[in-house]
Amino acid sequence: MTALELAQQLKTRFGDLIADPVQFRGEVTLTVADAERIAEVCAVAKGELGFNFLLDITSIDNYGQEPRWTVVYHLYGLEHHCHLRLKTNLTEQKSELPTVTTVWAGANWHEREVYDMMGIRFRGHPDLRRILMWEGYPYFPLRKDFPLAGKPSEVPEVAFTEAAPMEGGPFVTLPGGRDAIEREPRARRPEA
Amino acid sequence: MDVTRQTHSRDLTDRTDPTDRTDPADLAGLEQEPMVLNMGPSHPSTHGVLRLRLELDGEVITKATPEIGYLHRGDEKIAENLTYTQFIPYTDRLDYLAPLANNVAYVLAVEKLLGIHDQLPPRCQFIRVICCELARISSHLLGLGAYAMDVGAMTVFLHTFTEREKIYNLCEALTGARFTTSYTRIGGLARDLPPGWVDQCRRFLDEVLVNIDETETFLTRNRIWIDRNRDLGVISKQDAIDYGLTGPNLRGSGVAYDVRKAHPYLCYDQLEFDVPVGSVGDCYDRYLVRIEEMRQSVRIIRQCLDRLPGGPENRSGEPINVPDGKIVLPPKPKVLTSMEELIHHFILVTQGVNAPPGEIYFGAENPKGELGFYIHSRGGGTPYRLKIRSPSFCNLSILPKLLPGHMLSDVVAILGSLDFVMGECDR
Repeated sequence: MTALELAQQLKTRFGDLIADPVQFRGEVTLTVADAERIAEVCAVAKGELGFNFLLDITSIDNYGQEPRWTVVYHLYGLEHHCHLRLKTNLTEQKSELPTVTTVWAGANWHEREVYDMMGIRFRGHPDLRRILMWEGYPYFPLRKDFPLAGKPSEVPEVAFTEAAPMEGGPFVTLPGGRDAIEREPRARRPEA
Repeated sequence: MDVTRQTHSRDLTDRTDPTDRTDPADLAGLEQEPMVLNMGPSHPSTHGVLRLRLELDGEVITKATPEIGYLHRGDEKIAENLTYTQFIPYTDRLDYLAPLANNVAYVLAVEKLLGIHDQLPPRCQFIRVICCELARISSHLLGLGAYAMDVGAMTVFLHTFTEREKIYNLCEALTGARFTTSYTRIGGLARDLPPGWVDQCRRFLDEVLVNIDETETFLTRNRIWIDRNRDLGVISKQDAIDYGLTGPNLRGSGVAYDVRKAHPYLCYDQLEFDVPVGSVGDCYDRYLVRIEEMRQSVRIIRQCLDRLPGGPENRSGEPINVPDGKIVLPPKPKVLTSMEELIHHFILVTQGVNAPPGEIYFGAENPKGELGFYIHSRGGGTPYRLKIRSPSFCNLSILPKLLPGHMLSDVVAILGSLDFVMGECDR
C-alpha cells in the first residue's frame, strides 16, 4: 500500500472535503477544505488507515494572503511505513480549530508550540499555554509581521525583551525579500 | 509502586504523637496543598536548562509539569531570513552533542527540496554516514556517562569522556572545529578526508570497542545500577507511539522503527547493521539499547572505511560534490580565472541556491531520535518556513505522563535514560 493509495482512500471517504492529492518529491499532501473537520479526518486516518504516529504539527503564516494561516500535520504509519501530510487553511479572524490531542496524545506540545509561535488556538486542548515563550509574553514571534530583531516587551518581575542590536549584521532583514540582494541591509533604506 | 495514591485523602486526624495537644478537630478544616518542588532550570541532571515543577506527596511525585524554552533562540525565525547555506552553522547548535549528524540531516532535507538527493557521489555518501555514526557514538558516550553520574556512578563519566575526546580530535582533523563542525554543504561536503584520517579513525574504533566493553562491566550487571534502573520509567509500546517518541527511547519500548532501515537514506541500504530493541521499556532497556547501538555504529563505520570509494587518500579523485555549478561553489582558483565560475560563485554567495517552490519533509535517524526538517519553499534562496521536528521535544512531552508515581530520586534516572538535549528541544 503506497502513500498515494492511502491518500486516495481518505479522499473517497470524505469526498469534496479533501482536495486531490498533490505529489512533490515522492511526498503526498492532502488539503482539508474545512479546518473544523480536521480532527475527524485525523481520527479516520489513524483508526482506519493506520497512520498511528504523529510526527509533527506546524503552521505557516501566508502574510498578505487570504486565508492567513495554514496548519500542517505530518502523519506516519509504523506498520505500512507511509508518510502523509495534511494541510488546512483558516482565516485570521477565526484563528481557531479543533484539537487532535484526542487522536494522538503527543499532539499536546506541538499544538502548544503552534499557539505560542503563531497565535492559532486549538479548541478542546487540555492545557493551551505558551511553551517556549513565557506566560504573559504579548507577541507571536513566528508571524511574518514580527521583526527578526524582536520587539520590546516586559512582564514585571518575570522577563523582558528589547530589540536586538544588530546594526550592520547579517540579520537586519525584511520579511518577504526574495534573495539576499533584496534583503541586504546596506543596499536598502531602513523603514521610516 | 502504587500509582493511585492520593495526595489529599490522607487522614490528618490520625496523629499518634502523645505530646501533641492540638485538637484534631482544628486540623480537619485546614486547607491542604501539595508540596511543590522546582527542579531546574539549573540542575546537574536536567542536562541543560529543563525545568520541572513537581508536586510531591512525601517523596512520591503526583504531578509533573515540564517548563521548557529557556534555550529558545528562534532558530526557525532566523532560518527564514538566511540563505539555505547560511543556516548550516545553526544546525550545529540544535543537538550540540552530535553536530555532524545535524549538518547531514539538514543538507539532506535541502537536497531533497532541490531534487538532487539521489545524485550524491558515493564517496560523499560514505563520508556522511561515517560522520553520522561518529556523532551517534559521541552522543551516546556522553549520554551514558552523564546518566551514570546522575545515578551515582562517577567513574563511568570519566571513562566515556576519554573516548569522546578522541572523537573530537577526529572532528578537528576533519572539519577544523571540535564542536561546531558545520562540515556539510548543500550538494556535498566542505572538504575531503585529510591524510591519515582513516587510520586514526580505525585506531579509535578499536579503542572504543574496548571502552564500551569496560563500561558494560561497570554497569550492566552492577547490582546498584540494576536496582536504580530496572522496572523504572516504564514506557509501554502504545505510549511510546502515542507521544511520538523516536530513537533509542522508542526502540527501548520494543518498537523496531529506525529511519535508517525504514527509509534508507545515503548508503545505509548497502550496509549491514542490526537495530537493537528493548522488551520492557524501562530505563535499563534504554541503557542496553544505547550500548548496543554504539557497537552497531562501529560496525557501520568499519564497513564504510573498507568500502570508501577512492580509498583513504582518494587517489582516483572521486568527487565529493554534486557536479552542478548552480548548487555547489566552484573551486577557488577557477573563480579568479574563469568567467562562468565567477558568475556561479557570485550568484551562490549573494542569492543562495535557487530552490523550486514546494514543500518537503525529511527525517534522519539522529542519536536522539528522528530529526526532521519541514521546508516550505516559495522559490529563491531562503525558505519561506522551516520547521525543525526535534526528537528531544517529542521525547520530553511524555514526562507529565511518565513521572507521576515515581520517587523523586528516580527522576534523575528517568531523565538520564531519556537522553535529551535542550538546544534541540527549545531550538
